[in-house]
Amino acid sequence: MTERDQAQHPVLRLSNITKRFGALCANDDVSFSLAKGEVIALLGENGAGKTTLMNILFGQYSADAGEVEVFGQRLAPGNPRAALDAGVGMVHQHFTLAGNLTVWENIVLGTQALTAPRLRARAAKARIADLSKRFHLAVNPDAKVGQLSVGERQRVEILKALYRDARILILDEPTAVLTPQESEALFATLREAIGLGLSVVFISHKLHEVMAISHRVLVLRHGRLVAERATADTSREELAALMVGGAVSAPKIAPMPPGPALMRLNDVSSKGEGHAPGLQSVSLSLHGGQITGLAGVSGNGQGALSDLISGLAMPSAGQLEIAGEAITNWSPRRALARGIGRIPEDRHHTGTIADFDLTENAVLETYASDFARHGWLDWAAARAHAEALIATYDVRCPGPDTAIRLLSGGNMQKLILGRVLETKPRIILANQPVRGLDIGALNYVHSRLAEAREQGAAVLLISEDLDEIIALSDVIHVISQGRLSPPFARGTMAPEALGRWMAGDGFAEVAHAS
Amino acid sequence: MRLEPIANPGILRRLGPPALAIAGSFLVASLLALIAGGNPFAVFGAILKGAAGSKFALLETLNRATPLIFTGLAVAVAFRARLWNIGAEAQLYAGAVVTVMLGTGALHWPSLPLLVVIGVTAMLAGALLLLIPALLKTRFGVDEVVTTLLFNFIFLLFVSYLLEGPLKDPMGMGWPKSARLIPEARLPRIIDGLRLHWGFVLALVSALVLWVINTRTTLGFEMRAVGQNAEAARFAGIPVTRVILKTALLSGGLAALAGFSEVAGLKGSLTLDLSPGYGYTGIVVAMLALLHPLGVVVAALFVAAIFVGADAMSRALGVPSYLADIMLASALLMMVLAILLSKFRVVRD
Repeated sequence: MTERDQAQHPVLRLSNITKRFGALCANDDVSFSLAKGEVIALLGENGAGKTTLMNILFGQYSADAGEVEVFGQRLAPGNPRAALDAGVGMVHQHFTLAGNLTVWENIVLGTQALTAPRLRARAAKARIADLSKRFHLAVNPDAKVGQLSVGERQRVEILKALYRDARILILDEPTAVLTPQESEALFATLREAIGLGLSVVFISHKLHEVMAISHRVLVLRHGRLVAERATADTSREELAALMVGGAVSAPKIAPMPPGPALMRLNDVSSKGEGHAPGLQSVSLSLHGGQITGLAGVSGNGQGALSDLISGLAMPSAGQLEIAGEAITNWSPRRALARGIGRIPEDRHHTGTIADFDLTENAVLETYASDFARHGWLDWAAARAHAEALIATYDVRCPGPDTAIRLLSGGNMQKLILGRVLETKPRIILANQPVRGLDIGALNYVHSRLAEAREQGAAVLLISEDLDEIIALSDVIHVISQGRLSPPFARGTMAPEALGRWMAGDGFAEVAHAS
Repeated sequence: MRLEPIANPGILRRLGPPALAIAGSFLVASLLALIAGGNPFAVFGAILKGAAGSKFALLETLNRATPLIFTGLAVAVAFRARLWNIGAEAQLYAGAVVTVMLGTGALHWPSLPLLVVIGVTAMLAGALLLLIPALLKTRFGVDEVVTTLLFNFIFLLFVSYLLEGPLKDPMGMGWPKSARLIPEARLPRIIDGLRLHWGFVLALVSALVLWVINTRTTLGFEMRAVGQNAEAARFAGIPVTRVILKTALLSGGLAALAGFSEVAGLKGSLTLDLSPGYGYTGIVVAMLALLHPLGVVVAALFVAAIFVGADAMSRALGVPSYLADIMLASALLMMVLAILLSKFRVVRD
């Protein structure tokens, strides 16, 4: 095949892929192709539609429109087996390995008849040994997967794909769980792979990795392919700007002198959950009349910080101070009693109870303090409260007796917002308050948060959307790997500079300087 | 084909599952009755007559329903909070043991205070018995399905030991049986001459009280919130662990009342065959009732009627009374299926 033929016959071609989940358009008319020996990076924020697109390619979802071609053959939609047979291998963000089986058993699982696995153990192990040597994927084939480190497990996943003769590798956020050293090793493997004629789709939202490994970058935003760049012709700064876009129109934030520090974290460390890092000696002050923005790629300690402020977790070291008083006893109920209003990240599973109606959800935090006497609930008052919230916060719904799961995300969020703001909180934790909301609900939430700031509340806004952070915040911190950057005052930092901190660069400089 | 959740199930869909389950169990039973050589209509006629055809039959059904209401309520209150109490059988026996320990002459009090003390102590015993698995669950994450189920066997063996040893009736001619309760410790009959005791009324009152707790009190709200979404409940400041422990106390106490009412109201003494699996049948009752306390009363009456009626039918027609067990089992299976279908619709891709 000549080079020209190769260009005309890409190994992979996606044409006009569209996929909807209810009202949400996860992929909107996305097309691209992949050449032999090429690495494409698929870049985008959380929820931009990257994973959905790859799941369509791998046959886990079937697209509403469009088609997938592999080596010139149209792929049957909705059939992972067809994708595997065509030579597509996928390494998922969350591994799909059986912890109680050995490495080689995991790799051959599904490739041999279950009745005779022992028979071909030797051949299988020989093949695995060969593959791991060729691709620099060092792993002991007889080790139990449950005892492997995360990096080793990922190598097993890649070996699994290679064992099935994958010619196209899809890696979904492969470095999200890796240490920098492990990431480097992964990149070495990928370079080896493309040298041997494989092609790679690399999903990420980490700019420096994209720059390091890819030939071409595709940027997805809100399900649409908004830009395509040759990696050599672009820069991190340009990619960052393309990724976040400029669609957020924020309320006017008039300058205002900061009030007293309502909450302080002094050298606070806390444990992370699962792979998410905890906090490492974080110091932070939240002042009244200020919105403090917390920028960062998700999974860098935001969860640990918001658990701490919500009352779900205690610091493992350091001190949490509210209005100058050190906190020793801490729970969600105590946090509420201290005037902390919480808008949780996951409004469907943490913020509300899906099958409860609006009344029940409206009083979920205050039923005991405001709507009960001696253990008896006053449902009439609760219902009246819900009706007031619905009216004041413009929650569009059939009525207070509707199960909240029937509401759109925006209306659900408005009810949560109302539930929080009606308690007149002194400190407001808003974790990803507008994720997934339409523009109307988004503006509404933002202007209400700005209003609370004007009334003297301290707002901590956690978001992955840099534009949102920059537009709303009086002070910005960046969080990366559980570490917090110094505060940056409004207007002193460009998105590109913040982006470097988000990638973890700034911390190195600080460490270097000190 | 796949299942798609239904946004807002109508009243028909919500009342559908129990109706469908009962109809389905009748269908299965009809087939089996045919195989056993009986005419299904004659069989069901005989069951109905046996369960409600005479004053005696009706009272027998109400008596049989009484422990089932208690165990059904015990299971319903626990399941509503997602505390899987499979151990109502053991808690029932705990209540029965306490009744015998206090009611065979240890306390010589007038009837009413004696019965109150015995009832309350019985509830405490059942509550404590369920508190152990609940603590294991909240402290160490031990699966309460396993622990409560195994407690049934442990506790029944313990009762067997008591009946062979400390609680054995000296006048019992060697049978593993406790002494008889003193007359003051017996639950009196509601109307003289009719074989129905106050335990039945206590069961109805318990159902009403639980209904009020569920709908009107903070505890009822908390129990439901914890059952529906413990994560959201914890985030909202509901003390999840404490709610689970309170639920356990309530559930164990209700199951123990079944033992109290059976011993003090009906049997007068404790033997190892006090309960033919009322604790387990309580699960069926609670599921058929969709965990609603008042539904539990209806479901318990239905289940009791089938059991009592099937015995009579078996005597009259020679069709084995196992039919009753099969009807219940199939009703439960159909119920689970019907609940699924009431929440989802089947969509063809």
